[in-house]
Amino acid sequence: MPGRTFRTVATMVAALTVAGSLSACGGLGWAGNSGPNTIRVLMVNNPQMIDLQKLAPEFTKETGVKVNFTTLPEDDLRDKASQEFSSQAHQYDLATLSNFEIPIYSKNKWLEPMDTYLAKDTAFNQGDILKPIAQSLSGSDGKIYGEPFYGESSFLMYRKDIFQDKGLTMPAHPTWQQVADLATKADGAKPGMKGICLRGQPGWGQVLAPLTTVVNTFGGTWFNKDWSAQVSAPPFKEATNFYIDLVRKHGEIGAAQSGFTECLTSLEQSKVAMWYDATSAAGSLEAKDSPVAGKIGYAPAPVVKTKTSGWLYAWSWAIEKGGKHLSNAWKFVSWASSQAYEKLVGDKLGWANVPAGKRASTYSNPDYLKVAAAFAKPTLEAIQSANPTSPGVQPRPTGGIQFVDIPEFTDFGTKVSQDISSAIAGKKSVDSALSNGQKLASAVGKTYAS
Amino acid sequence: MTTVSTDRAPSVDKPPRRSSAPDAAYSLSSRERWMRRAPLLPGLIFLIIVTQLPFVATLVISFMRWNALSPQNKGFAGIDNYRKVFSDSALRASIVFTIVLTVTVVLVSLLLGMLIALLLDRAFFGRGVVRTLMITPFLVVPVAAALLFKHGIYNPSFGLLNGTLTAIWNVFNGSAPQPDWLTEHPKLMIEAQLIWQWTPFMMLILLAGLQSRDKEVVQAAHVDGASPWQVFRYITFPHLRKYLELGGLLGSIYIVQNFDSVFTITSGGLGTANLPYTIYQTFFSAHDYGLASAQGVVVVVGSLIIATFALRVVSSLFEEGV
Amino acid sequence: MTAAVATRPTTHAEKEPRKSHANVYFGVIAWIIGIIFVVPVLFMILTSFHSEADASTNPPSVGAPLTLDGYREFFSGGIDPWPYLANSLTASVLSTIIVLALAIPAAYACSIRPVRKWTDVMFFFLSTKMLPPVAGLLPIYLIAQRINMLDNIFLLVILYTSMNLPIAVWMMRSFLAEIPPAILEAASIDGAGLLYQMRRIIVPISMPGIAATSLICFIFSWNELLFARVLTGVSAQTGPVFLTSFVTSQGLFLAKVCAAATIVSLPVLIAGFAAQDKLVQGLSLGAVK
Repeated sequence: MPGRTFRTVATMVAALTVAGSLSACGGLGWAGNSGPNTIRVLMVNNPQMIDLQKLAPEFTKETGVKVNFTTLPEDDLRDKASQEFSSQAHQYDLATLSNFEIPIYSKNKWLEPMDTYLAKDTAFNQGDILKPIAQSLSGSDGKIYGEPFYGESSFLMYRKDIFQDKGLTMPAHPTWQQVADLATKADGAKPGMKGICLRGQPGWGQVLAPLTTVVNTFGGTWFNKDWSAQVSAPPFKEATNFYIDLVRKHGEIGAAQSGFTECLTSLEQSKVAMWYDATSAAGSLEAKDSPVAGKIGYAPAPVVKTKTSGWLYAWSWAIEKGGKHLSNAWKFVSWASSQAYEKLVGDKLGWANVPAGKRASTYSNPDYLKVAAAFAKPTLEAIQSANPTSPGVQPRPTGGIQFVDIPEFTDFGTKVSQDISSAIAGKKSVDSALSNGQKLASAVGKTYAS
Repeated sequence: MTTVSTDRAPSVDKPPRRSSAPDAAYSLSSRERWMRRAPLLPGLIFLIIVTQLPFVATLVISFMRWNALSPQNKGFAGIDNYRKVFSDSALRASIVFTIVLTVTVVLVSLLLGMLIALLLDRAFFGRGVVRTLMITPFLVVPVAAALLFKHGIYNPSFGLLNGTLTAIWNVFNGSAPQPDWLTEHPKLMIEAQLIWQWTPFMMLILLAGLQSRDKEVVQAAHVDGASPWQVFRYITFPHLRKYLELGGLLGSIYIVQNFDSVFTITSGGLGTANLPYTIYQTFFSAHDYGLASAQGVVVVVGSLIIATFALRVVSSLFEEGV
Repeated sequence: MTAAVATRPTTHAEKEPRKSHANVYFGVIAWIIGIIFVVPVLFMILTSFHSEADASTNPPSVGAPLTLDGYREFFSGGIDPWPYLANSLTASVLSTIIVLALAIPAAYACSIRPVRKWTDVMFFFLSTKMLPPVAGLLPIYLIAQRINMLDNIFLLVILYTSMNLPIAVWMMRSFLAEIPPAILEAASIDGAGLLYQMRRIIVPISMPGIAATSLICFIFSWNELLFARVLTGVSAQTGPVFLTSFVTSQGLFLAKVCAAATIVSLPVLIAGFAAQDKLVQGLSLGAVK
């Protein structure tokens, strides 16, 4: 009996040793064929990127360059990407970064400037990229360090049919007070329907994104020009109280855990009448299988003291400096951010899935306008009116609308967002959340002021 | 025979019986001693290199000002990082939560595990099947289980919990309460998921313990008219004690270091950041290598203190060779 | 010495016929508890066979039509999952083999022909399990980067070996301590060397213990997330890390995640069910036989 088991185990060991040495031949692991004509891409797993992954064989067919993808959820991606670029680990050739990371990383000289490639690759047509986006992807040295894959601003989405039933009208340029009023009236329009969906999920890219735009337009800011923290100042407090009151009284169920996806589902399932979030949501809302297609109206981001308040965000390609496959990496960027790729997606997967919001030409393309008629214009206007250098009423020490463009923001922003989220859940007072935030922000501000 | 005893550990098992002359073992020639050490050394040296040396590096880095996101600003920081560690209320909170999490999960799983083991110790139809059902949770990959609980079970709009509430209320035409489990009880929900995974573990150990009980003693007690409670209190429980301690110790080792559940279910939000997650975040999100190392050092020192006490428990445990 | 747990029930059952009535009640309770514990897993498996839309309804659509879409999405949704599963298998199996190669001699030196202060050695092994691995993660990362070992499956093999070695030594020691001294003495009188003893006597006799140890080491390596997450990228990513990549902040994903979770858990479920008794021995560091 032991003899038999022993033999079985021995065979197993032998087989696995073979397996092991096979993988050793690969050098690194089973997915590790990193030949000269393979590039490795780290990207966020949003639907647009998953589409890209499915279409990548077309790129390989065109150029002969193979692509290895790693896709991660947004927060994981940020961690991984910052680790990758800060240590210049060269596990990847390029990654999806955003207009938050690209200016910071370029200052640290972690990214490859794209200007020389752009000069040669005239078909790419850099002039077609929307101005605010192109601007937010350049370094302080004026060079271009990223090309957008898709861009977004924020706007207000609402159920036209519900508004009609209840006799409500959405002003052309709503203020937040008007929106709060509409949310009160639309609350309960249908059984189980709440007035508005606003993100409450912790994370600087979650609850803090819409909240910071509200703070901006209420006249608040994270930092003054001289880096003194303003988190517990009256306008910041007023805006936060307003946001939390609104979401607690007329917001979605489970607000403190709701992010983009949860709100999207809520609006699709008629659980809310309005939603203030990214313009890129419109594509899903108007998709063929969406139960609310054709029922949604779009209004600009609500304001108080500023003229506009939409955010600006672009998932963009950035190439790690000093990699071994720079020209292949550029080929990939040039392919993925091109007009031709938009057409490829349109033809193969439908024009509603096109990664939009980055090129002016997209918004004059009749194929795209056919499916995006409802939201194309509001989206374009929102992106073009975004002002990443001066989004509020006072001058800012650094860029960013819905964020403060310094590396420390991910950390203290996340901590503050956790407190805000707790306040939305009713577990913490707004005052204590903000006074804690003030402490964190001023500690960071001090390091910049000197 | 007891020459092995040290201050900590009288002896792990019955003293080694098999060398022909045990007492002679300690008056061996140096060649013979090295012969005895030889089989031990590869493993021991490997373990020291891989687990101990990195801590030396951690110690060094903990005195540095080093944030990977500001590479220009790198240098010697003195005890600044430690000052931050001790003045950081978030870190204190995470220490408290780590302790609460570990104690709650271990105690509840032990209690539930014992009750279930007592049930399974009886004969009934399909006992083997029930035992198999019971151990299933432990065999689900932890991160898979955490994902399942977060998205499939706790989700307020379509999770299994609220879905079941709706289904029940639908029968009575009522409108079901739809609590937002994760927001309202974030800590409890993490604990529940871990209890679900660890109860089977405790149950298995305790069941093995129950079945090694001397059946004749139990039967004799019954014959003598002892009540089931008396049998439990005076025979079963004392017998189970060392199994309970064993389960508690092993459970604690793993739950103190839990990362998967906290990371997946709440990402440390709503006051649920435990120590491993906090350090991970300082290292991986904030990229403050200096501070992360200082946190690591403090935690290691704390663990060593606790481990010293824990090891006393084990040594008494293995003394009798469970 | 092997399956003590499994063989006991019969003797126990025939002893208490008069209590069979009570046992029916207890049986019913046990069944209910067992089912409650297994419901989340059943729900996971059921959901994995539903469409994304059916997977996110309230109340749950238990009777919704079954589909393989989730699995299709997992296996051919753009990224091929096999390399990740193969990475997990390589890391788990190789590290388990190395663990055994290091642990059996070490256990021998702590039981059969013990070194002086062997108890201290045993406790040193165990104490390394009590230190949080996260505290050593940063230097490991920095060193791995310097020597070009990031995203390399062998780095995981080394780390998993160190993670499981202490447990394995404890387990193997308790199994080796069971070997009747007479057998070994007879062998050494015959002039058998250490290697011969190992191969011909120790390993065959303690095979059940080795199997239990292997199972536990395999499971813990297969399940590991933290190291794999931080230290791997494209090539050496493992199953559990891959699993987290299905959660997206935009769009529904529950069915896909359930399918992925089921697939990734399958090897452990199969191994665990097949060797329940080994599992008990393993989990108790060999203390429960």
